[in-house]
Amino acid sequence: MNDLRLEQIWVYLSASPLLHLSATLLAFIVATVINRWAGGTPLLHPVIVTIALLIGFLLLTGTDYPTYFQGAQFLHFLLGPATVALAIPLYDHRERVRRMLWPIVIGTLSGVATAVVSAVGIATALGANTETVLSLAPKSVTSPIAMGIAEKLGGIPSLTAGLVLITGVVGCIVGPWIFRMTRITDPTVQGYSMGLAAHGFGTAYCFASIGAVAGAFSGLAMGLSGLTTAFLLPPIVHLFGL
Amino acid sequence: MSLIIGMCILLGCQFLGEVISRALSLPVPGPVLGMLILLIGLLIRGSVPTSLRTMGEGLLKYLTLLFVPAGVGLIQHFGLIRQEIGILTATLLVSTSVTILVTSQILQRAAQRGRAAKEREA
Repeated sequence: MNDLRLEQIWVYLSASPLLHLSATLLAFIVATVINRWAGGTPLLHPVIVTIALLIGFLLLTGTDYPTYFQGAQFLHFLLGPATVALAIPLYDHRERVRRMLWPIVIGTLSGVATAVVSAVGIATALGANTETVLSLAPKSVTSPIAMGIAEKLGGIPSLTAGLVLITGVVGCIVGPWIFRMTRITDPTVQGYSMGLAAHGFGTAYCFASIGAVAGAFSGLAMGLSGLTTAFLLPPIVHLFGL
Repeated sequence: MSLIIGMCILLGCQFLGEVISRALSLPVPGPVLGMLILLIGLLIRGSVPTSLRTMGEGLLKYLTLLFVPAGVGLIQHFGLIRQEIGILTATLLVSTSVTILVTSQILQRAAQRGRAAKEREA
């Protein structure tokens, strides 16, 4: 009798957006606490831990992704307006941009070209299939922009979203090491490079571990490189014949 | 009320961007064009309305949470990922490192040249 009622409740909950929306928020809180315990290491980034927890939850309860997404789509939808909102930090830093205009233009163009050409080139050389290559191409750009680009190109947006997150973690691990090896100490250069290669993860890392100037430049790089990639990527990918 | 006005500005820009992107079949995602439209609007206006700043900065503060629903979508690609795990790992590691290396070297040099030029002028 009791079992039957529990089952009825589960049937109701698993079909309503309420369960998966709450699960997503709850998992994020738990992941943030875990990350704080671990001393804020980028290896246990809250987003990665949240996704791992939720994937575990879906596998355990035998829920398929479309059912989960029905609840989570309310959060997902906000990516659009959040992308538009990136214009605000860009506007705030307009003076800095004007002062460093040429280094920024050259750095952004060559950085974006390096990110795209190296990703597409390495993946193609190693024999990845076309869909994977197209999903990898926008990996250095912040997720909302990267997913939009992948969708337009014919990649898999949700695969891109995952690859973008992993790129962010990789950037936070290798970036500081590269700066040490090549003796780059200028926080504006460090911040800009991190934001360009590792988007929001790089920006969060800069604010936490390098400083406010590096963080601001990283945020600026994230916005500008996203914009540049959206325009530059389709022709570059076309050059590769994809 | 101010949050609603801020959200309306953001959604309005996204809407315009989406319409332009589809009407001209541009390869650029609608929200990216929306961001450009908002940036141009802010440059013309010369300041950020408080309502927009409250809403926009609130969204950006929790930007990482918004990635989660799409990231969970990896669950659908376990097959593909298992098949190409080596390629994916190698590409992400090498490409990200090379990008940071190239960008920081070029920026460093460009900034130094800029500074040197300014000193010569002075």
